[in-house]
Amino acid sequence: MRIEPVSMDDSERLVAEVSQALASGTPLAIRGGNSKAFLGRAVQGVVLDTRSHRGVVSYDPTELVITARAGTPLAELNATLDAAGQMLPCEPPAFGGAATVGGMVAAGLAGPRRPWSGSVRDFVLGCRVITGHAKHLRFGGEVMKNVAGYDVSRLLAGSFGCLGVITEVSLKVLPKPRATTCLSLELDAGEALRELSAWRRAVLPVSAACYVDGRLHVRLEGGAGSVASALDRIGGKQLEPGFWDDLREHRLGFFDDPRPLWRLSLPNASPLLDLPGDTLLDWGGAQRWLKSDAPAATLRRIAHAAGGHATCFTPNADRDVDADAEPFTPLAPALLRFHRQLKQKLDPRGLFNPGRLYAGL
Amino acid sequence: MSYLYDETIDGPLATHDQANVVAQLQALIPGLQLLHEQEDLRPFECDGLAAYRATPLLVALPDTVDQVESLLKYANAQKIPVVARGAGTGLSGGALPLDKGILLVMARFNRILDVDPEACTARVQPGVRNLAISQAAAPHGLYYAPDPSSQIACSIGGNVAENAGGVHCLKYGLTVNNILKLEILTIDGERITLGSEALDAPGFDYLALFTGSEGMLGIVTEVTVKLLTRPPSAKVLLASFDDIEQAGAAVARIIGAGVIPGGLEMMDNLAIRAAEDFIHAGYPVDAAAILLCEVDGVESDVQEDLACVEALLRAAGATDIRVAKDEAERLRLWAGRKNAFPAVGRISPDYYCMDGTIPRRELPRVLKGIEALSNEYGLKVANVFHAGDGNMHPLILFDANAPGETGRAEALGARILELCVAVGGSITGEHGVGREKINQMCAQFNSDELTFFHALKAAFDPNGLLNPGKNVPTLHRCAEFGSMHVHHGALPFPELERF
Repeated sequence: MRIEPVSMDDSERLVAEVSQALASGTPLAIRGGNSKAFLGRAVQGVVLDTRSHRGVVSYDPTELVITARAGTPLAELNATLDAAGQMLPCEPPAFGGAATVGGMVAAGLAGPRRPWSGSVRDFVLGCRVITGHAKHLRFGGEVMKNVAGYDVSRLLAGSFGCLGVITEVSLKVLPKPRATTCLSLELDAGEALRELSAWRRAVLPVSAACYVDGRLHVRLEGGAGSVASALDRIGGKQLEPGFWDDLREHRLGFFDDPRPLWRLSLPNASPLLDLPGDTLLDWGGAQRWLKSDAPAATLRRIAHAAGGHATCFTPNADRDVDADAEPFTPLAPALLRFHRQLKQKLDPRGLFNPGRLYAGL
Repeated sequence: MSYLYDETIDGPLATHDQANVVAQLQALIPGLQLLHEQEDLRPFECDGLAAYRATPLLVALPDTVDQVESLLKYANAQKIPVVARGAGTGLSGGALPLDKGILLVMARFNRILDVDPEACTARVQPGVRNLAISQAAAPHGLYYAPDPSSQIACSIGGNVAENAGGVHCLKYGLTVNNILKLEILTIDGERITLGSEALDAPGFDYLALFTGSEGMLGIVTEVTVKLLTRPPSAKVLLASFDDIEQAGAAVARIIGAGVIPGGLEMMDNLAIRAAEDFIHAGYPVDAAAILLCEVDGVESDVQEDLACVEALLRAAGATDIRVAKDEAERLRLWAGRKNAFPAVGRISPDYYCMDGTIPRRELPRVLKGIEALSNEYGLKVANVFHAGDGNMHPLILFDANAPGETGRAEALGARILELCVAVGGSITGEHGVGREKINQMCAQFNSDELTFFHALKAAFDPNGLLNPGKNVPTLHRCAEFGSMHVHHGALPFPELERF
């Protein structure tokens, strides 16, 4: 697919709309490609569309930094990087192709490489943001190391737009690996986890590991030599690299199941859990997708006992049971208080995506 | 403008009688060790930035989290400022005491609570030394990646407060990229957990926000860090250049070719000579600049990377290239770099270390700017540079006993940082703002951005009691500072585009 890059600075319009909302006390529902509307609580507000504020602002591959406006399609950003032999290592999902850079950072979702590469926020170096006082501010920058002031740009990653309108982000990028090989092995889930642990100790260049339908799927990335010798050791059947795109975009058959989709985020090296439903292990076991009708409370109890947390990826409206379940794991009372206090300080009129993460936030 | 806390521009602080506070704390928290005699307070009057000194109201040395909680609740109720301190190795005066504040020393929290070789994590108390974590993990073939030069002494709690870096950041990240979970006590004595043992946690990313917040938002009482598997092979290569700009261009070539070295360091001639004289690392003392490039990983990948880097360096005009032939030589080459600061300390009575970051492409312009400033102020500058990630450490050579030189060194340092900001960089890459760079924050951020920072702080510490006067200047301070620095309505470096 050929993508025609478009560049346009529409920040004045965005600031004006936020100013107007501030003056009238109207809540805003910030929207880019609307590809992740299914995730989080429903927001009542006037739509603030960021897509016209788009385009790569600066990119010098030798600096390993790209700066793009929030409305830039993620596909355009990826194509720009790809043409220079680089990539966004956290490989965020696009969920349908319309995803924007701003939405990608605001949602903070990462793909199969995440445990080995880092999360979206690990690659955020700076941002511009429209605040709850309708000021257009800049935090962080285009340099790898920057500890001046508080780290606002990383705070905004994964904040679901509840603290301000991200208008521009600077991201650290990396060269694509010189060699890549994908393979799959037939073995049971317990063996798969044991093998992954052994490969980690042997410093094999694993960059994705997923267990589904009785097979462990592995991606190896690195220099030609290390990938070849790892392949010798692991063996298995060759796997189409498109598997990882399908996994990241939730296009595998596993995701067709009509039951609600849950994401369990668990500590590294967590054992197999007795989960009520069908499970897919991603991130070498640290992220588990679950298709289940079980009540939220049950799944949260299991995730909590294992040291993790559970998020529902199916909107309330699509679920028959458990209609009042929160999509995100409720916060401890003290931590929730500091979330509300921060929201109150940074967005005192409650303009931005009110309630998307939690009620009253 | 003095570096000491100035209530007229940094904000008023409540005054308390030392004897009263000591008596109340002793009654409230039996067993809490307090220091309050002048001679006992003296060792705590500065951190690694020894030129900045202030005597705290008193020093508290708690042993338990309960004691810290009670102390914070008391300080909050009485409106007494609290300055947290780890090992006191920070270079920006982040742990500079306040004469009206309690210095909360976390050094006794020095236990490694758990090393989990399967999950590749370690749970440690904040006073544990950076290097001690890697030592405890070593039997499992694991290590903790961020390695600030002070890693023998600096504590992990301080690393979190400063978002400490080191020479391997480009490939392995900063502190923020290498921790999973923090236990925090807020100023109102609330215990909160940030992050989790999993790779993410619900809610805002407070783990990232608190990392690098310089003790302004809460007190770290426990840290869970990620451990990495030690790479089986590491090779270092030394390249000499007779032109420093060529060395800078070589760095861009290496990265442009898709190699991410484990470490990529540059030193200029003055730094090379000082280091060679001190360590005898085998550096070429006639070179205008050297690059130290370390590639690590699996042996075959290391060989591929080495061959690639060598060819690139040759094409970039390196006059000599040498690969360390064994581990002893590799360590010797690194020892020269890691001891560059004390080495410069041997050739000058005093030196002042800067920490600006710049986009790498601006290196030639910034080096020329530093040279011009060095001539203007009549002080030599040695350049040591984390070239891979754009973090410069210009070392300003001066003599504190020579009248006016300290002031000149500080003024030159300030101009260098403003130059970094003007080319799109930052006043600090890894040492923190602390008290040292508080005025330069006014150059990097406008009043709306500073107001945003203050609002953010108020969400956690509404009375402004945690480490007041550090990290984020008051607007009043910036107004004073601006009136000093804007001459004839002109900003510094008017020829440069403002970012």
